[in-house]
Amino acid sequence: MAERQVERAPQTSGDDIWSKCPGCREIAFRKEVERNLNVCPKCGYHFRLTVSQRLSITVDRGSWHEMLEDLAVGDPLEFVDSKPYPLRIAQARAQNGRNDAVVVGLAKIEERPLALAVMDFEFMGGSMGVVVGEKLARLFDIATRKRLPTVIFSASGGARMQEGMLSLMQMAKVSAAIARLRDARLPYIAVLCDPTSGGVAASFAMLGDLNIAEPGALIAFAGRRVIEQTTNQQLPDDFQRAEFLLAHGMLDAIVPRHQMRFTLARLLAMLSRKRAAARTGNGRRPRK
Amino acid sequence: MKGNLNGKRARVTAPSGERGAVSNGAPAPTAIERVRLARNPARPQALDYFDLLLRDYFEIHGDRRFGDDGAIVGGLAYFGGRAVAVVGQQRGHTTAERIKRNFGSPKPDGYRKAARIFELAERFGLPLLTFIDTQGADPGVGAEERGQIEAIAANLELMSRLTIPIVACVIGEGESGGAIALGVANRVLMQDNACYSVITPEGCAAILWRVANEENVARAASVLKLAAHDLLKLGVIDEIVPEPQGGAHTAPAESAHLLGAAIARNLDPLLKLRPAQLRRDRERKLAAMGAAFIRKTDVESPGPIE
Ligand SMILES: [Zn+2]
Repeated sequence: MAERQVERAPQTSGDDIWSKCPGCREIAFRKEVERNLNVCPKCGYHFRLTVSQRLSITVDRGSWHEMLEDLAVGDPLEFVDSKPYPLRIAQARAQNGRNDAVVVGLAKIEERPLALAVMDFEFMGGSMGVVVGEKLARLFDIATRKRLPTVIFSASGGARMQEGMLSLMQMAKVSAAIARLRDARLPYIAVLCDPTSGGVAASFAMLGDLNIAEPGALIAFAGRRVIEQTTNQQLPDDFQRAEFLLAHGMLDAIVPRHQMRFTLARLLAMLSRKRAAARTGNGRRPRK
Repeated sequence: MKGNLNGKRARVTAPSGERGAVSNGAPAPTAIERVRLARNPARPQALDYFDLLLRDYFEIHGDRRFGDDGAIVGGLAYFGGRAVAVVGQQRGHTTAERIKRNFGSPKPDGYRKAARIFELAERFGLPLLTFIDTQGADPGVGAEERGQIEAIAANLELMSRLTIPIVACVIGEGESGGAIALGVANRVLMQDNACYSVITPEGCAAILWRVANEENVARAASVLKLAAHDLLKLGVIDEIVPEPQGGAHTAPAESAHLLGAAIARNLDPLLKLRPAQLRRDRERKLAAMGAAFIRKTDVESPGPIE
């Protein structure tokens, strides 16, 4: 469940003018791919996005208001592997300018206000420690208080091993905050991006009123190699891809990047119908 | 089943010492020694504690959707004079039982069976006791197909919103999301030699140092801070339950007595809380989880590319 080595998909953010598409193996002009929202114009392969790229193609221009960006983790376990954990964090921070693996804030999509979180796979594999848990739980509580819908773009290898059990407990902490939002009858849309696995997949990423994924996103509990080793089974190529989950009834929809912003706007509009303040039940999802 | 144990509902001798029974001048076990104690096949498991602590246990089978997962056991019973719901992971003592129990690694069907028992308890206001003992949820093809991630996530949300008292006991090895899916509780008790961790020491060693040899696994066990005294300090658990000298497997009846006394002591004050207070109590506990290790820094977080 802990942060795993997830195969690195090529980013388009290098200095190269050309990039090779892992989908069709064709060489594409990098600028052309970027203009196409980092989707291969030939085969539709979805390259991973940075947080800044994701924000810029998702929210209304000028509407992003980040919150809680000053929260940073100490060293709860005094964890040392090849280097001390604080040093690892400092390096990740120096590399991408953020304190941890998620940004949260308020924004608008098609003029509709919402609470929004985007996970940062470039920051220690998007792993969830106490800061990610705290920011997400507080975002849900802010959304509940302000009566805002919530959208999370997830991209994570899972719980952060260097924070031990405390990181695992964040799964429960965020889930409890989602329960409060749900009880307030406010929509939460989970968008699962490549890759979403381990403890993040097994908590808030699967708890949306709607769970939608980008095409080809890896969505998994256990790593493919672990499964191959323990079962000695030949796994299908699309195993644990969004299309595989959709076929098994685990996702509501797969939405291509070009349609994501519009789709979110449309869904939020449909789900935000003003409801009589009357309380009906405790908001539990019937489960038989 | 409950072989190897001779676990009679025997009169139990007085607890050996106070907390963390390993007193008699013997050095406390190291992290990897605790992992080995937690994995000892003769160590009492959920069904043994059901047998030793409960009366009139009625087992509930199946998730009413797909199957009956042997790795999760649970049902209704009396604890003291009180009707309760119980759910635990069962790893098995013998090879045959271990296979039947999938070595204690639940599939989605097991978590959905657990959810069914949670909701039954909620409907009838029964306190819930859970017993955590797993190396993790099943990493198999069928488990992925049937939504292991959904099953675990749903349990986390469900447990957080229950309005009944929940006491979770870590009795063996509690590892990864597969463990915490039974662990959202008002009070979390942990036996002195049990382990509770984000990942197995083997998995951690393989990621950090490529090779999961004996030395690296021992190192991983130590850096993960998976022992009860570490987790008490971190605020992950509420109480350490002492074990008989030499480990729970050396005297299962005494071990059950110690665990039962701790459960009763922790359950009592919860029974006085109203339903809404019980949920709030659990939410407050979760909200505080790890908060002490967060500090504020100044940062210019990059925004969208305009
Ligand atoms: Zn392509």
